[in-house]
Amino acid sequence: MMLEIKNLHVYYGAIHALKGINFHVDEGEIVALIGANGAGKSTTLSTISGLLQPSQGNVTFRGEDITITPAEQTVQKGIVQVPEGRKIFATLTVMENLEMGAYTQRNKKQFQKDLENVFTIFPRLKERQNQLGGTFSGGEQQMLAMARALMSHPSMLLLDEPSMGLSPILVEQIFEIVQDINKQGTSILLVEQNAQMALSIADRAYVLETGEINLQGSAQEVLHNPMVIEAYLGGH
Amino acid sequence: MKRFLETINVRELLQPLAQMILFSLGSGAVLSVIVILLALLLDQTAAGQFLLERNKVTILTYTLVNLPQVVLDGLTIGFVYAAIALGYTMVYGVLEFINFAHSEIFAVGAFVGVEFLILLKSFEIIPATSLFMSYLWLIAAILAAMFVAGLLAVSVERIAYRPLRGAPRLVPLISAIGVSFFLQDAIRLIESLTTGQFHRIIPSFGNFDERLVFSKIALGASTIELGIQVKSIIVIVAAMLMLIGLNYLVNATKVGRAIRAVAQDRSTASLMGIDVNRIISLTFLIGGTLGGAAGVLYALKFTRIDPFVGFFPGLKAFTAAVLGGIGNLTGALLGGIVLGMLETFAGAYMSAFTMGAAGAEYKDIFAFSILILVLIFRPHGLMGENVTQKA
Ligand SMILES: Nc1ncnc2c1ncn2[C@@H]1O[C@H](COP(=O)(O)OP(=O)(O)O)[C@@H](O)[C@H]1O
Ligand SMILES: [Mg+2]
Repeated sequence: MMLEIKNLHVYYGAIHALKGINFHVDEGEIVALIGANGAGKSTTLSTISGLLQPSQGNVTFRGEDITITPAEQTVQKGIVQVPEGRKIFATLTVMENLEMGAYTQRNKKQFQKDLENVFTIFPRLKERQNQLGGTFSGGEQQMLAMARALMSHPSMLLLDEPSMGLSPILVEQIFEIVQDINKQGTSILLVEQNAQMALSIADRAYVLETGEINLQGSAQEVLHNPMVIEAYLGGH
Repeated sequence: MKRFLETINVRELLQPLAQMILFSLGSGAVLSVIVILLALLLDQTAAGQFLLERNKVTILTYTLVNLPQVVLDGLTIGFVYAAIALGYTMVYGVLEFINFAHSEIFAVGAFVGVEFLILLKSFEIIPATSLFMSYLWLIAAILAAMFVAGLLAVSVERIAYRPLRGAPRLVPLISAIGVSFFLQDAIRLIESLTTGQFHRIIPSFGNFDERLVFSKIALGASTIELGIQVKSIIVIVAAMLMLIGLNYLVNATKVGRAIRAVAQDRSTASLMGIDVNRIISLTFLIGGTLGGAAGVLYALKFTRIDPFVGFFPGLKAFTAAVLGGIGNLTGALLGGIVLGMLETFAGAYMSAFTMGAAGAEYKDIFAFSILILVLIFRPHGLMGENVTQKA
């Protein structure tokens, strides 16, 4: 198991946002975490990356307990989160955003390699590297956010609703890129409300409802589960 | 060496220099035109008659003759304001918090620098040194002040602000005001313990008090010397170097990018591997060192300092930061220069323009009227569009 989450409880003050969830991601997998708005998906990702601290439970990455590792050190372990809403640095140029992504990278050669790789995956970013991030459209911002994350040379990518607010064509493009990134050897934990799309590229999936995981299995099993069809795929 | 030069981003060095020259010339020119027009107008009135009878000059002549001096003085104080304003603006940019203790950091810097020089004097190291050594000692005094003020600013953040992060916005603000009073009294206590007095006079040494005279102009019966004090040149040059250095640090280095990223979105910055607390400390360090250096420059220019010396320059620098658009570095520079100029123009001409009714002592009205007007009509300041966006 590459990433293992055990009995994770997270509170926002009195709000019990995660009520003891368990799941794991294996090396090379795409695992989807689907659920409605407010289910606790973002909370899960932020707890893994160390932005939030759980009151109970453990996060283990490659055998190492990273439960209380602060966010700025999680990147160096090889996990990077692409936050919900992209959160690109609007007043920084594309290039500066990418450089921020590689903040912990001290090896100049590796930086150049990662940069070339990112420009191969996202050719449009290369043409517009001196443009301010804030001038980008939603789809471009999502690409920039993913590119920025890849600049840290991660072994695991945490994607929080990459399809949010994008047109179907763009969603398709983004999900193809996610698959490409996965084929390059990066494991992916994909959080989505768009269950259909997420399940179409995932290996396995978990369904999160009000802080609890109520269903899990291979993407195919989950996709054909009557409850999922009813709740997330708009019935028959 | 060649490699080193290649890695330097020349544009980021030249751009702030160009901005400074532009802002200086611009505000100097605008204010000059205003006073010349006013002078032409007033010469037709009783005010003109009054000055003509008393000093045998028209207001216009008086205005023109004094103009170069006023512009130079305005620049000197303007650059001091800009250096202090950067401390407010840097911290605001990163924390959205106004560090009201910054004026006392400035005061501590002034005292450290001046005490350092007094110490040198007590060992008779100054003023009996060569001119070259005088400059080195002055630089040493500035560096000592920067060091202490920088460390102090970082400690204040650790002790008085960081534990309050996440509290309602008013709470750290009140803490800052508390720190401000604490530091004022601490300076007073320490200074009066040693000599019984709490003001200090900067020792006179080097050639800093000399005046370089460009020309002499006859004005009625008397002559006016057109020149600039050496210490004014030092203040302007030192402040310019600091401002260029800061601009370079923020816009052309990795750590500067991190500062901008933290200013924009703290949690996303931490996802990139940036230690946000370290960047915040660094911001206070930079603001503190600039403030400390500005304190020594202020002492050099105005000679006498007391524990409350930070209050007015601090308030005016804060005004400058708001005027330029708080959170915006270029704005702080512009605001400082404009405010320094405006205040010096007011101080120089109000008396003549009002037949002596309202003298230079009312010049502060202008600074604070500007603060109020900007807050009402343009709360984002002159360069507000560029204020760091918050997520
Ligand atoms: N900063 C916060 N403060 C208080 N409650 C929060 C905060 N963030 C999220 N929550 C609550 O925690 C629950 C889970 O939220 P979240 O993880 O954002 O859900 P999702 O990403 O699945 O939409 C929701 O009930 C939400 O209202
Ligand atoms: Mg969410």
